[in-house]
Amino acid sequence: MDLIVLKNVKKQYKTGVVAIHDLSLNIKKGDFVFVIGSTGCGKSTLIKMLYREEKPTKGKIIVGGLDVAKLRNSKVYKLRRKIGVVFQDFKLLNKSTVYENVAFALEVLGLPKDEIHDKVIKALDLVGLKHKAKNYPNQLSGGEQQRVAIARAIVNGPKLLICDEPTGNLDENTSMEIMDVLEAINKLGTTIIMVTHDTFIVDTLKKRTILLDSGRILKDYEKGTYSNESIKNTK
Amino acid sequence: MKALRILSRNIRDSFKSVFRNFSLSLASISCITITLIVVAISIILTLNVNRFTELVEKDVTIIAFLDLKVTDEDRQLILEELNKLDNIEKIEFESKTKIAEDMMASSEKFKNIMSNWSEGESPIQDTYQIKVKDINKIGSTAKKIGKIEHVDIVKYGEGMVEQLVSVFDIIRKVSLLAVVALIIVTAFLIINTIKITIFSRRREIEIMRLVGASNINIKIPFVIEGLILGILGSIIPIILTIYGYTALYDKFGGRLFTNFIELIQPTPFVFYVSLILLIIGMVVGMFGSLRAVRKYLKI
Repeated sequence: MDLIVLKNVKKQYKTGVVAIHDLSLNIKKGDFVFVIGSTGCGKSTLIKMLYREEKPTKGKIIVGGLDVAKLRNSKVYKLRRKIGVVFQDFKLLNKSTVYENVAFALEVLGLPKDEIHDKVIKALDLVGLKHKAKNYPNQLSGGEQQRVAIARAIVNGPKLLICDEPTGNLDENTSMEIMDVLEAINKLGTTIIMVTHDTFIVDTLKKRTILLDSGRILKDYEKGTYSNESIKNTK
Repeated sequence: MKALRILSRNIRDSFKSVFRNFSLSLASISCITITLIVVAISIILTLNVNRFTELVEKDVTIIAFLDLKVTDEDRQLILEELNKLDNIEKIEFESKTKIAEDMMASSEKFKNIMSNWSEGESPIQDTYQIKVKDINKIGSTAKKIGKIEHVDIVKYGEGMVEQLVSVFDIIRKVSLLAVVALIIVTAFLIINTIKITIFSRRREIEIMRLVGASNINIKIPFVIEGLILGILGSIIPIILTIYGYTALYDKFGGRLFTNFIELIQPTPFVFYVSLILLIIGMVVGMFGSLRAVRKYLKI
């Protein structure tokens, strides 16, 4: 079953720049998908539309049964509660502890304290940071901070995890640690879409890889890698 | 139950964030404190000026001099006529004997002259001293009194009273306008300070939206925070109002410069002013936060 359906989606910014041209795409539940392409190819715009940071100019976007294009500003939270988002710059609250950062995503849902506690500890355990629950983000390394961000994104048990260059700020070893965490989450049934520039990660993990170029899907590989000839040529 | 949980968390978080962002909170609180002190001073001044003008206006009296041949019966009829007029607050009768006695008692010279007058020679007339309800209508009331039989002359300081009334009217309007303008300026100042506070926390708002907080869920903690800042900011102005004004009142013995200017009694006056300050602080704090947050909710 498809978790994400994009049909003839076009995105044109107010400046007149067309970031996405007539793009159609289906992503199945439980998939792990890389989105790659050169800078300015539209990959950021594509995933921003998935969590409704941007609205498509034309076309249809369905995420987990919600018609994202028709979602009003005041209802965006309904979508956000179904998905988790992880960014290159972590976006953590520096004045809150690790525990509070993760718990925050559940507090807005109004869950009881005990339930929040159980879920937060479970999520922190999954990313291997249970012992740092009382630390503040600036007391952690970059990789650890990203793992906190991942814990926050998955604590609510989302169907979809969107990752916008989650390893962009991290070294190779730390990046692979993050990928291990993401793979573990994927194995638990969460669909993951990840935008990346990291050739090593794409080469190693051999997942479905969508190559974008000038706002269009150039290639869609079942188990694509950067070492594939055609991808290299477009770089 | 769920809504209650969210609300109690919001209140907890608001308190936390006031202290976690202490330097910014302090900036907002100081701004509120300073501007509210200025507002307090201007409110106290304005209300005292207003009261002074009212007291002076209340003191204005119409004196109706009755003709010399007036009898007790006539006087009774005049009083009945006066009571029929609608703008009358208070009527007092002063007989010519009483006036003569007062005058003789006040000066030796008067005594020498007046004690030689024989019966019927005295030029002093019986008078009615009349206070009016509405000073703006004093002229027409005086005219009506003048038309009553046996009323000889009517005096109320014509010309001067009208001028006084119009000057006082201007003073009241200008001072009220100044207070309103000051409150508006205060509101803008406070709102801008809070805007800066929230601007530095737009990332927090972004994250709140990201993890699925609804707009109302995002607004509430900031609004409560604004309320807390408003209350904290009004503490010093309120203390200054209550203790400062009372001390000032005691020091001057309730009168300023001359006996003529009487200050408003501190109780319950200072509490009313404090309440006004608290309400301004709370409303402006909440409204300022709400406005500032809304800016970051449009995505």
